[in-house]
Amino acid sequence: MKVRLALTVNGESREVLAPVHKTLLEVLREDLGLTGTKHGCELGECGTCTVLVDGEPVLSCLALPVAIEGRAITTIEGMAEGGELHPLQQAFAELGAAQCGYCTPGILLTAQALLDETPTPTRDEIKEALAGNLCRCTGYTKILDAVELASMRMGARK
Amino acid sequence: MNKHEFSIIGQPLPKVDAWAKVVGETRYADDLVMPRMAHGKLLRSTHPHALIKRIDTARAQAVPGVYAVITGADLPRVKFGILPVSQDEEALCNERVRMVGDAVAAVAAQDEETAEQACRLIDIEYEPLPALMSIEESLGHPEIRIHEYGDGPNVHKNVALQFGDVEAAFARADLVREDVFFYEGNTHLPMEQHAAVAQWGADGKLTLWSSTQTPHYVHRLLARILDVPAAHIRVIAAPVGGGFGGKLDPFAHEIAACKLSQLTGRPVKITLTREEVFYVHRGRHPVLMWLKTGFTREGEITGSHIKTWLDGGAYGSYGVASTFYTGVINPVTYRMPVYKFEGARVFTNKPPCGPKRGHGTPQPRFALEVQIDKAAEQLGLDPADMRRRIVCEPFTKTANHLTVTTIGLGECIDKVVEASGWREKWRGWQTGAPRRGPLRRGVGFACSAYMTGAGTAIYWNSMPHSGVVLRADRSGGISVLCGATDIGQGSDSILAYLPAEVLGLDPKDVHVPPADTTLTPVDLGSYSSRVTLMCGMAAIQAAQRLRAVIARAVARKLEVDAELLVFRDRKVGVPDDWEKAVPFPHAVELAEAMHGVLAFPGSYAPPKRAGKYKGGGVGPSPCYSYSACAVELTVDEETGEIELHDVWIGHDVGRALNPLLVEGQVEGSVYMGIGEALMEAQVFRKGLHKHPSMLEYKSPTTLETPEIHTILVETDDPEGPFGAKEAGQGPLLPVLPAIANAVYNAVGVRVDEVPISPEKVLKGLDLKRQGKTPRVGPERIPLFKFKEPLVVESAFGQPADAVAVRPFADQETSR
Repeated sequence: MKVRLALTVNGESREVLAPVHKTLLEVLREDLGLTGTKHGCELGECGTCTVLVDGEPVLSCLALPVAIEGRAITTIEGMAEGGELHPLQQAFAELGAAQCGYCTPGILLTAQALLDETPTPTRDEIKEALAGNLCRCTGYTKILDAVELASMRMGARK
Repeated sequence: MNKHEFSIIGQPLPKVDAWAKVVGETRYADDLVMPRMAHGKLLRSTHPHALIKRIDTARAQAVPGVYAVITGADLPRVKFGILPVSQDEEALCNERVRMVGDAVAAVAAQDEETAEQACRLIDIEYEPLPALMSIEESLGHPEIRIHEYGDGPNVHKNVALQFGDVEAAFARADLVREDVFFYEGNTHLPMEQHAAVAQWGADGKLTLWSSTQTPHYVHRLLARILDVPAAHIRVIAAPVGGGFGGKLDPFAHEIAACKLSQLTGRPVKITLTREEVFYVHRGRHPVLMWLKTGFTREGEITGSHIKTWLDGGAYGSYGVASTFYTGVINPVTYRMPVYKFEGARVFTNKPPCGPKRGHGTPQPRFALEVQIDKAAEQLGLDPADMRRRIVCEPFTKTANHLTVTTIGLGECIDKVVEASGWREKWRGWQTGAPRRGPLRRGVGFACSAYMTGAGTAIYWNSMPHSGVVLRADRSGGISVLCGATDIGQGSDSILAYLPAEVLGLDPKDVHVPPADTTLTPVDLGSYSSRVTLMCGMAAIQAAQRLRAVIARAVARKLEVDAELLVFRDRKVGVPDDWEKAVPFPHAVELAEAMHGVLAFPGSYAPPKRAGKYKGGGVGPSPCYSYSACAVELTVDEETGEIELHDVWIGHDVGRALNPLLVEGQVEGSVYMGIGEALMEAQVFRKGLHKHPSMLEYKSPTTLETPEIHTILVETDDPEGPFGAKEAGQGPLLPVLPAIANAVYNAVGVRVDEVPISPEKVLKGLDLKRQGKTPRVGPERIPLFKFKEPLVVESAFGQPADAVAVRPFADQETSR
């Protein structure tokens, strides 16, 4: 059975007609063409498909759109504002924190949620926040460095 | 070019594709969507070994929304495999399945759900056969044959090579050790599941987009498998979301997508589920090893003899190469004047193993480095000092006829000893580790070497291993066309940096389109750490040829000698008269007017150095990278848990073309080594994977990954592009033995197999308490007759072959 969904994605109102059991991941990628959100397991295990819902990290492979209608969904495509990269995106690019880049969108959004809550996290707090996002390329080192750099730059900007 | 004059080389620049990756623009294979595209699914065997008695697809065909259902009968009856000597796979099995996960049928439908539903309605009748699930079972049941070919019943490959008189070497030794080790299999676990989109056009030509590390081999094999001229097939490499060796074979889903596209007249996409990725595998071989080495009182190795048994799984894949790799690289690190290697790969009814980061070499490296640690204790030597003293001589040959060029291992060891505080932290063999409750701290040391690109191609030929076409036009931009695949390691960036360096451009001015078999010259693929060196050399050659033509044109315009011209800051001119320098776009116009279209090839093939004996083609490489590693960890004596604190790794990369990317490769390698050392295991129960999910197949998260301190050592190797060697695989190797050695340092328990799980540590502590030998590991080796060894004279210590002689090299490109 298909249902009409009214979603708010990256600040835009979008209407989608989709089967009620279709996951947010599938609706984003297949119905809205937002393929920046990736999938690694579709079982809620790897963190790759993370998006933000009202600023909180959510595994889009486990979320049903019908349950989050009206809430603000942010995907990687909505992270840069007005053509300007988020400091996290800038730092990830500069420090080589994205190798194959496949886990990068989920990690960036998870890190954004962390910095929104805790602007100057310790390295351990960053590790804790990103513990649900697997990356097989980087050994996490440059990812942690990049979150620290972004946090520093964001603090300096304020 | 003087190394002090580099403008781009050595700079920590962002990767050229970094920006697309941080905003979600990068389009991986599963992100591709095409008009009228159908979605495909494979039906896979539920039996580890069975005859297929009957397949009936009628019910599946009848499902509304199903476009086509195929079985093996719809494909040409041809067996294939990545290696010419192991043609044993079928995309869709016809008579027999040899593992759970073998594909038997495929469906194309309007969406994935319909395709899945149709797969469930395919009626298939199996007659189960006894399944062989281990090396012992396969060798113990020669009456059950998994394949009809090979070097014996269920023996895929049996090899024995001997270089010098190993028994005499042991007789000369002050200490001879024999140890048995086991290295459990594990898998690549790329974050991206394999995906492919095939489009068989109305013109009868096929295009395949795939997350593959080797579009060239896929191209070649598709032609044979589908019985279509290679000239009518185009393979385009999508950006790969993690490879590590797992996307190096031609796969059933790629072939099925092509056939389904032909039958339906639609583009067809097949994306594997995570569970399928675990079964597709081609990962690290489980290897049982027996190692005997002789040492002098000073720690010199007199000779070494290794026997390896590889659990290959159900198909050949790269396994013959893997078998050789368990034997051929150990002699590259330390002076090892006499060497003997016996290896066997055994078929079992499990997913096939193949190449994973380090391909066949982490296993014997683990054995050798743990054995050296044990020997150092018996000899009363500091294990770091002992290694330092026995490092190979540069520019010599090894016992097994490998030519070694530069060696930065001594410097790696020195810097790691210094940075890790080894002198303070390692307290000798007798002193117990300091106590704090149940926690014991320990440090361990190990080294390794790895090849920078395989010296021979997978199929025998005399053509370039890597080709580049570099074109320039009046826009002032240049394009580097190359069949290399960026799997995250940064090869596209290297292909931009090197020509930019030669031509005085910014990397942003260089376009690097994806590998596309109709547009880009052949590159063999992203494996064996070959891309930076081989594509890099080809790119430099092409750029130098373009540079020469531009220089001629600018020289004429400025009325100066072309030799005096310098290319920098997007200008071409004479340094003393720089205000007259010509902007690069104008310089290109001048050259285009003089020369015509500007497109220049670069070709690279490694120096021909295969040892002159059968089997001598595996192991030679233009140059070898070296790594030294120290780890510090804590073992909890109550729980057996190991907490890593710090890893120090020194890596001889020849030259860091971009230190940021090199560090990234080193850190990633160390991380992957930690996963293999402590937790990762690809294991089966009654033919089924025990845990084909990302949660249960444990891999390190941010919390288990320690601080990794990377130290880069530069040796400026004459074989590498601007002196560079590999970085993406070698640094994995020393991590596992360094951890095992640190566990011993902490609690006095030898765990001679990986992963080093808490259970094994506790078992060792129990043995210790009972006054028994505190060692956990394999006790026995199989009853198995290796081949009569091929006896060849040891080439140890002979001077290296001339280093600059290689096919396709120009005078002006040799340094």
